Amino acid sequence: MTDKKQSILAVLTKPPYGGTTAKEALDAVLTAAAFEVPVSVLFMDDAVFQLLPEQKTEGIEVKCLATTLPVLPMYDVEHIYVDRKALVDRGIDAEQLILSVQPVETDTLRSLFQNHSRILSF
Amino acid sequence: MSPTPISFSILVYGAPYSSQSVSTAYRFTKTAIEKGHRIHRVFFYGDAVQIGSRLVAVPQDEVDLQLKWQQLGEQYQLDMVICIAAALKRGIINSDEAKRFEKDASNLAEGFTLSGLGQMIDATQSSDRIVTFGY
Repeated sequence: MTDKKQSILAVLTKPPYGGTTAKEALDAVLTAAAFEVPVSVLFMDDAVFQLLPEQKTEGIEVKCLATTLPVLPMYDVEHIYVDRKALVDRGIDAEQLILSVQPVETDTLRSLFQNHSRILSF
Repeated sequence: MSPTPISFSILVYGAPYSSQSVSTAYRFTKTAIEKGHRIHRVFFYGDAVQIGSRLVAVPQDEVDLQLKWQQLGEQYQLDMVICIAAALKRGIINSDEAKRFEKDASNLAEGFTLSGLGQMIDATQSSDRIVTFGY
């Protein structure tokens, strides 16, 4: 790896269950953090459902994503954003989320993309 | 006029024969090379890892995507990496892992290597552009 780290914005768009993308995206983010690559996360579209409290996955026999997501700040993933419109469209209150996330307005999403060197979309 | 050469890494997520992403990624990669650009790595993640099974039998009137990637990989010495964690749980396994997990067979096709997500992150750091072909 080169000395100067390229910052990554991981753009998550998939819901927590019904597919494995949400988990595989989180694995990629944690790997980036483990390699000490600066990585930010943006929750968009149905990925905002990943942020809901009281996820109970015993019935569907998959690992609960809500127990893993809160480790992000411990991995120095400090910049976690959520598309406010995605929350509003789904009737989700930004105050009830399991992570401390920064809501971003639609017209500032562009600068968020511009401020990172690499985009990983999931 | 040729564009200034840049280095790409290609991320592929969609399952071959369910999604078009493996096929589109192939055409993008081939075209980029033909236009003079460099491919640092192709990384297959998620369901795209199925590209690495040599047990896939494609009907004669359909495109053999694995063969296409193998030929492109051989011609241009491409680093074609399949995510090991995503692969193992989907039944794509090389002989080392088959031994480790006490499986009675392995099926990783020639031209592909199994490696970790670190290769994906390295790709973000070592190439000028990341192009993702999703589901």
